[in-house]
Amino acid sequence: MSILVDQQTRVICQGITGTAGRFHTRGCLAYGTRMVGGVTPGKGGTEVEGLPVFDTVEAAVAHTGANATMIFVPAPFTADAIYEALDAGIEIIAAITEGVPALDMVGVYAAVHRRRARLIGPNCPGLITPGACKIGIMPGYIHQPGSVGVISRSGTLTYEAVWQTTRAGLGQSTCVGLGGDPIVGTSFVELLELFEADPQTEAVLLIGEIGGGAEEEAAAYVRQYVTKPVAAFIAGRTAPPGKRMGHAGAIIAGGKGTAGEKIEALQEAGIEVADSPADMAQAVLRAISRRRDR
Amino acid sequence: MKIHEFQAKHLLREAGVSVLPGLVVRQPDEAAAAFHEVGGHVAVVKAQIHAGGRGKGTLLGDDAQRGVQLVHSATEAVQVARRLLGHKLVTVQTGPEGQPVRQILVEKGCSIARELYLGIVLDRAAARPVVMVSSEGGVEIEQVAARTPERIFREHFDPVVGLHSFQVRKLCAKLGLTGPTVRSAERFFKSLCHVFARYDCSLVEINPLVVTTDGELVALDAKMTFDDNGLFRHPEIARLRDLDEEEPAEVRAAAAGLSYVKLTGNIGCLVNGAGLAMSTMDLIKLHGGEPANFLDVGGGADTQQVTEAFRILLDDPHVQGVLVNIFGGIARCTTIAAALLEASRQIGFRVPLVVRLEGTEVEEGRRMLAESGLNIVTADSLTDAAQKIVAAVAAQA
Repeated sequence: MSILVDQQTRVICQGITGTAGRFHTRGCLAYGTRMVGGVTPGKGGTEVEGLPVFDTVEAAVAHTGANATMIFVPAPFTADAIYEALDAGIEIIAAITEGVPALDMVGVYAAVHRRRARLIGPNCPGLITPGACKIGIMPGYIHQPGSVGVISRSGTLTYEAVWQTTRAGLGQSTCVGLGGDPIVGTSFVELLELFEADPQTEAVLLIGEIGGGAEEEAAAYVRQYVTKPVAAFIAGRTAPPGKRMGHAGAIIAGGKGTAGEKIEALQEAGIEVADSPADMAQAVLRAISRRRDR
Repeated sequence: MKIHEFQAKHLLREAGVSVLPGLVVRQPDEAAAAFHEVGGHVAVVKAQIHAGGRGKGTLLGDDAQRGVQLVHSATEAVQVARRLLGHKLVTVQTGPEGQPVRQILVEKGCSIARELYLGIVLDRAAARPVVMVSSEGGVEIEQVAARTPERIFREHFDPVVGLHSFQVRKLCAKLGLTGPTVRSAERFFKSLCHVFARYDCSLVEINPLVVTTDGELVALDAKMTFDDNGLFRHPEIARLRDLDEEEPAEVRAAAAGLSYVKLTGNIGCLVNGAGLAMSTMDLIKLHGGEPANFLDVGGGADTQQVTEAFRILLDDPHVQGVLVNIFGGIARCTTIAAALLEASRQIGFRVPLVVRLEGTEVEEGRRMLAESGLNIVTADSLTDAAQKIVAAVAAQA
């Protein structure tokens, strides 16, 4: 078991004829993902990496039975691509694109939640169930099927965590990069709920950063509903207020969204917080052994 | 992206939001004509810099001169303009070195009955924009939120639909606005929400929002910040950018496709990925050092970008050591190593360099660095890297 995606997931790529879409479609195919096609308006009838290309997502779904998509279209067209995927009944939408205007996401967010679809991202590495299905840009080989559910607002920092848990022999059930934007499709809380219910997942690792209140919401949820061990790391203890730290969403605004507040909320909820990014897998192990001792 | 108060007021005036007549002045002598032109017996001269806290801020070296001053004659306007223009203003947001005043706004005075607060931001938790108003005008909203949160009132709105009339009435009732002021508020609040959505703003703040003795609402101050990701559809807004107000190294980095933020420490860092870059700063601090910057070279960092990144880091005279932290995913460690070597050959290093590589093709990448003959210290873990750079910088002192 795992969450969201597995060997049965049938994936298309929106923007498959672009450089990034083509490159990462190849990467996902090499990993063993069931890629079934792609979409680029005006390029229907062609092929990329041996996969059929369609003009619309509707046609792609009709011909391939796709139920998941990864989106690489440029930022000005990303919201439209997400609406199109929703309209075609796609259940799992991973929007990799960086630079989507925040106000575009207001309407998208509402539409996704009306449809009960899952949007991961935008501005994210995607999601992966190791050994079964990789949708996105993460390097596949650092993952290993295992027991830790990973949820993160970051990209390379997630790879760091994944690599640590692989080397510690824990492996991962599913890893999800939520995205670094102010409004993203899926929250820590929604995935905590899925990981709590997933039999393969024995522990959850949350990787947060400055900005917003998503980590505080996660802490409140864990305290009330999660029985599995949870560890966390928060990036940006040394970040100055009012400055955007790379991610559009990583900003301490009006004195709110500091790492200190988030760490305090997580610790109060009984979550094991790593002090150093070198200590993420160890924090998971500590959370597991603490839970065992109880 | 931030803009100046006078630019924000121009946008607001065009959108039907009530602002006072005002003129921008760049030469002290122009202040006299501006005083006459805006009309009235009283005007306010306001320093135009991007940092907040101008009213309480004072000139560097002259604590008696504030960034916002009341003047009663054209002569006085020129005097104040002369004192402000070309001098540095120090506010709570500028840092002790202050920010040079290059332009001032001469604005007509008005008679104030009440001072309120209005702000529009994106509420991330609700995934919608929200209007916040408070009866505590002229005070920083963070202070109100901390001390008297019950005095802040909120209404969410859909950026496509805008604010509903009933929401304006709710806010007015809570602020104690009555009669003709409610009619003024209807136009004022709705227009502001429209501006926020129309220009992809991330912040519109009117503080203070005043009720005049005539019962009209007027934006006495105006602050607008734009979502950088939305600027592609507003070239007219992008043109308002004032590079003089931004950190030169940050402007230079952005031009090279790098994400850089200058900090005050002495250990430069070059990292791929924003989350990892923030964590690297934290790691340096955790091991007793002080990061000099945030720098994300992105996923596909090439030789040109890495070289420019090094140049920016080393141009900072405070930097006494550099830590490179790369997790090679799609970008291979060998590519990064080649870029590092080329960059260090081109630039020449005046400070210790510690490199930590992990991920795709790491062995080969490390070997390339070790065999280069260049003075590069390699680290085999995050902790090792942080300890080595902190020690190397301490050894120089």
